Amino acid sequence: MSEEEKKDYAESPINLEYHYTAGSATTRFLNQVKEGKIVGQSCPKCSAVYVPPRGSCPRCGVATNIEVPLTDKGCIESFTIVHIPIPGNPIVPPYVCAMIRLDGANISFLHLIQGIDVEEIRIGMRIQAVWKPKDEWTHSLENIKWFTPIDEPDVDVATLRFQES
Amino acid sequence: MSDQKDLLRAPFELAYNYKRSSGPLMSKFFDALADQKILGTKSSTGKVYAPAAEFDPETHESLSDLVEVGPGGVIESFSWIEEPKHHHLIKNPFAFALIKLDGADTSMLHMVTECDEADLKIGSRVTANWSATMENRITDIEFFTLEK
Repeated sequence: MSEEEKKDYAESPINLEYHYTAGSATTRFLNQVKEGKIVGQSCPKCSAVYVPPRGSCPRCGVATNIEVPLTDKGCIESFTIVHIPIPGNPIVPPYVCAMIRLDGANISFLHLIQGIDVEEIRIGMRIQAVWKPKDEWTHSLENIKWFTPIDEPDVDVATLRFQES
Repeated sequence: MSDQKDLLRAPFELAYNYKRSSGPLMSKFFDALADQKILGTKSSTGKVYAPAAEFDPETHESLSDLVEVGPGGVIESFSWIEEPKHHHLIKNPFAFALIKLDGADTSMLHMVTECDEADLKIGSRVTANWSATMENRITDIEFFTLEK
């Protein structure tokens, strides 16, 4: 090792600025999220409920034009315990990212789990959203700070499999 | 159904602060920039690649024979930017140009400015202008200008 510390790398930042246009289904969804409501969309053919909705049913190829208000309770469908810090990420590891299956929904979305020892997390665990104060609500699922476990019996994992209807 | 004009739209920014490991050969290339020198690599065929290349794309040999090239060179091709956008490093009109540095057999992409579009020709002679702040990056060459 030389005493003079040698710089053997080059700073190489990457920066991408873009505009995201939500589309009509996501716009309807996010307008409700701003009011603290989670509203999925249901397929008129197979009745599958999508949240967040993308406007059509990928199985049936039809518009999901039926709005279905959902609760902010559900269960953990899958999860990852994150141990490695990402530069610039304010969340301190270890923390848990989980696929959240809300009650009445047929698909899940990604969010954080907090308020429990990471070793306790398991698939099927019942959870509920912890919301930010109302005056901080925007058009974003970040209105939910995270999900936290609630004192209800675990969901049978078999019921999480996609049900053919 | 929402009208088009009612659709939500928002700006996003995706950024990563990468540190790129330059490797043993390219480190020498970047170190040399701090001394205001541009290095190329010479192949056993006598061909000089500039900027320095780690491997010869023709013979596939590993290259380590560093030779100094430039700082002058010839424009081989260019694209004029009349109205630079906010992400461009030069705010005045400039050209992205392929510059074949003196002593090199290949050309390097950089910028040419402090001239009018009409002043630029394929074959025009240019020379490197060095940046005031040296960061061991290719931008240590701030830009090229036409040789006086």
